[in-house]
Amino acid sequence: MLARESSTTLISAVTAFIYKEARLQDEHQYEAWEALWTDDGVYWVPANGADIDPEKEMSIIYDNRSRISLRIKQLLTGKRHTQTPQSRLRRIVSNIEVLDDEQSGGDIAVASNSLVFESSLRDDTIWAARNEYRLRYVDGELRMAYKKVTLVNNEKALFTLSFLI
Amino acid sequence: MNVMPRPSQWDDLIRPDRVHGSLYKDPAIFEAELQNIWYRTWVYVGHESEVPNANDYVIKSIGPQSIIMTRDEQGKVNLLLNRCSHRGNQVCSYDKGNARSFTCPFHSWTFANDGRLVGYAFPDGYEGADKTKLGLGRVTRVQSYRGFVFGSFAAEGATLEEHLGGAKETIDRLVRTSPEGEVEVTAGFLKHRVKANWKFVLENECDGYHPAFVHSSIFNVADSAIGTLYGGKSTAVTRDYGNGHTEIDLRPEFRKRDQPLSWFGTTAERLPDYTSQMTAAYGEKQAREIMIDGTPHVMIFPNLFIAEIQMFVIQPLAVDDSVQHVTALQFKGAPDMNRRLRQQTMGSVGPAGLLLADDSEMYERCHRGVLARNPEWIFLARGERRESTDADGFKVGHVTDEIPSRGIWRHYRSLMEAR
Repeated sequence: MLARESSTTLISAVTAFIYKEARLQDEHQYEAWEALWTDDGVYWVPANGADIDPEKEMSIIYDNRSRISLRIKQLLTGKRHTQTPQSRLRRIVSNIEVLDDEQSGGDIAVASNSLVFESSLRDDTIWAARNEYRLRYVDGELRMAYKKVTLVNNEKALFTLSFLI
Repeated sequence: MNVMPRPSQWDDLIRPDRVHGSLYKDPAIFEAELQNIWYRTWVYVGHESEVPNANDYVIKSIGPQSIIMTRDEQGKVNLLLNRCSHRGNQVCSYDKGNARSFTCPFHSWTFANDGRLVGYAFPDGYEGADKTKLGLGRVTRVQSYRGFVFGSFAAEGATLEEHLGGAKETIDRLVRTSPEGEVEVTAGFLKHRVKANWKFVLENECDGYHPAFVHSSIFNVADSAIGTLYGGKSTAVTRDYGNGHTEIDLRPEFRKRDQPLSWFGTTAERLPDYTSQMTAAYGEKQAREIMIDGTPHVMIFPNLFIAEIQMFVIQPLAVDDSVQHVTALQFKGAPDMNRRLRQQTMGSVGPAGLLLADDSEMYERCHRGVLARNPEWIFLARGERRESTDADGFKVGHVTDEIPSRGIWRHYRSLMEAR
């Protein structure tokens, strides 16, 4: 258990990190968002519930670090048609909690809820999700080693989700 | 137009080299398609490996209708309508499971997993009722080919194998690429919804003209050899098998490369277990040939698309609302192969797929586009003057030619005109 003061410091740092990530996503700052990842990052958006085994079943996104990079490179071509023009986005992130601050490897387990409003050529769409992170200090800065986005409606047929969730 | 065309009017809508935009946007035509296509011809429903054990069930669909695919205690696969024969309530609310029976939550009518009504609450009120006539509705005919289960609501007509016709061989070609000669559907489905007519999805599956443009963003940044398959100099062909089934046959390009597993962007060295299993199963020479040719790229009309490493099931919900159900194909007993099949599929398809999100963007833009009234036609003449016939008598053309669309519409018209 952390002392009250250091716990407050940690939640402030984590909250600032998560708000920054949300802003970079909303504003399509792809390279700056990619720079938030550690070298072993895993970006996971499961389908059909929260507890599937991504090594056996299909996920909407299950990117290792090199595929995160590929996804960003594709967006940066300007010819990712589903994001040309880009979705207009604003998201609210809330319920930020540090769940475990002493995981092995020094990772910090964090969770939040998010509600994303997307306006695209097709229509306006609302996305809601539980986000689970493992954050890590690298050279004094927080980085993401793991982000799992469990969409509330991930058991249903979903419209295209081509912005950064 | 809000009234179904008379037969003679199909001339005004479907011509050899063009089709009318109303075919994609008219709600009356969509309703007629449900009756004449989805509730009449053979439609792919599910795979036997999705219900491996007695009493397994999984929810599937035919058009907007919910279908329960069950394996009963005798091992037989049934396609039951998810609708209580009493007041129409859905009797099953879970995507899959294992159950000997389904009890309707409304008035507690209970049905065995072969569809028989086995009991209802307070039976004394049903004196004289014939339970045998009150079972769950069922898909009239159920037949499977190599594990792929199809259903037809028509009591009579072509058998499944007659319907598959020349395209049957593509399914043989698929299962042959598995060392045990069987594919499995065990990786779960992504469900990708598009605000577009289902026929935009259907026609795109064997459209070899679009990849160079729709997918240039990923071809440019991934180390992918897919782009050349669909280039102007490609020797790959489009094929019309009849009955609406169409194919992009990439084997001529893969045979030129002459490298096992090049079709899958990998090498025999990187999938050593799979390669040795294939060699053990087929002998060195035949295994090598199979691993050069790869799996098919075939659209089985109206809803089963086998896309080399994955399969899509197209579901129409409304004239402008469709779902692509997609999963990685899995080869029985080949774990190293299966892992790669899943990884590559997850990267490519579904709502966030590096390929399919862009295809789906095109479906939705096309749907909005055909709302325009001038020109009202979709022009499908590409390659019309360079069609030829292959050794089996099927029409073939350049990989970028619109032979598949023309074949789909010819069959579509024959179904829609039928009484």
